Amino acid sequence: MKVMTCPVNGPRNIAEFQWLGPVHADGAPEGRELVKHLFFAPNPMGVLCEWWRHTPSNTVFIAERHLNTDTILRTYLKGAEANNASGAE
Amino acid sequence: MPLELLKYGLRRGHKPYGDIPPTPDLRRSYDVVIIGGGGHGLAAAYYLSNVHGIRNVAVLDKGYLAGGNTARNTTTVRSNYLTPPSIAFYKEGVELFETMSQDLGFNIMFSQRGQLTLAHSDGAMRSFRLRAEMGKHMGTRIEVVDAKTVREICPHVNMDEGGVHEVLGGLWHEDGGTARHDAVAWGYAKRAAQKGVEIHQRTEVTGMTVRDNCVTEVHTDRGTIIAGQVLQAAGGLNGRIGEMAGIPLPIRCFPLQAMVTQPLKPFLDILLSSSNLHTYLVQSSRGEVVIGGSTDPYQLASTRSSLPQKEALATGALQLIPFLHNVKIMRQWAGITDITPDFSPVMGSTPLTNYWLDAGWGTWGFKATAVAGKRMAETIATGRVPDILKPFALDRFERFALLNEMGATAAGH
Repeated sequence: MKVMTCPVNGPRNIAEFQWLGPVHADGAPEGRELVKHLFFAPNPMGVLCEWWRHTPSNTVFIAERHLNTDTILRTYLKGAEANNASGAE
Repeated sequence: MPLELLKYGLRRGHKPYGDIPPTPDLRRSYDVVIIGGGGHGLAAAYYLSNVHGIRNVAVLDKGYLAGGNTARNTTTVRSNYLTPPSIAFYKEGVELFETMSQDLGFNIMFSQRGQLTLAHSDGAMRSFRLRAEMGKHMGTRIEVVDAKTVREICPHVNMDEGGVHEVLGGLWHEDGGTARHDAVAWGYAKRAAQKGVEIHQRTEVTGMTVRDNCVTEVHTDRGTIIAGQVLQAAGGLNGRIGEMAGIPLPIRCFPLQAMVTQPLKPFLDILLSSSNLHTYLVQSSRGEVVIGGSTDPYQLASTRSSLPQKEALATGALQLIPFLHNVKIMRQWAGITDITPDFSPVMGSTPLTNYWLDAGWGTWGFKATAVAGKRMAETIATGRVPDILKPFALDRFERFALLNEMGATAAGH
């Protein structure tokens, strides 16, 4: 069983979580930036910051995950990067 | 012929019979360098060498021949798509499969048995009607059938009358079929190699030199080569290779998992799938039931497998054919699919003048092996993108001219 740590509910089965895609910069992009924003999503062979949701509690948070190894490095609520980060699996 | 065969069989001192020559040393330059030795790259090499007379071609592959998604797909060949450009393209693809064994002199075991997609909801029936009408308009064999006909076509299906997944009808696509995936790659490789195409296995592309909107050199771990034209057909690694050429691609990687059961006596003579259950089944010529479904629920560039995904596949398969409940799973695997925002591939020209793309195949590259190879070879040989490929251009995203095929997957990814 793969475990993800919800910043509110602690370690839970990853089946309880929904992947919501990469974190984008705030603000409304225009022109070429809009095309990039809509269609050219990041696809790194490395760490990606992405939105996840713990579905039973509807907790939306950010996870840093390595896309080669599927290792979850950190999870935290938006704005709480520095202090409230919980380490991985 | 039988007498020849007998004489051959009784002769002493057999030499091993090799279709694919061993990897030669890299030469300094090639007219065409193909990055990716899977079905698509090899098919392009075949058409370049056999049809267009371009024989100074190198096919480079990081691993072994056709060991990526060509080896990992579930071998479905079909053309029941939604948009006219896609249907026209995949229809040509199916037609090339119909004559491929004869064309290559190599048995690819094409079995045009028909594909039945089940509907368990009114919404699915509505979308099937649309797909059927589009398909008929474009000249493919496709129709919506009712529950009674579903039972006639496939008596083993659990109709689940009154249940949650009651079968209301289906989309019957007679053109659908299956072929031996390895044989397709080997057949193309054999005929291409006979015309002088060099197949370099275990040759990893590590970078490219781009000068004046032109790729001049391709760097590999076995040396640097000068390339006249370059074709990128690298499957799950397309995003990475695109970066080396300085071309961002609208691609994200998702694992796609599949599995096969132990061999059973033949009972399933069609391709069976369910869009609601995200599952499809096909019985191979060895009797194994191949079970596939949707991609993993989150982005990943690893071919690891996961138990929840395998459980989901098994659940769907047992819902459709409950008597499989005692059958054991024999093998399972995953491949990396390169998925675009509209689920259609990216083919044709790039901002670079001598660099051509055959990428973004996501979950349905195998069925397009022949047609993509043929049309990409034509593109490279003539320097002009044929009309049938134009809707798949990379710049469609900038023009917001997307080609949405998300709903036309066999399993509704």
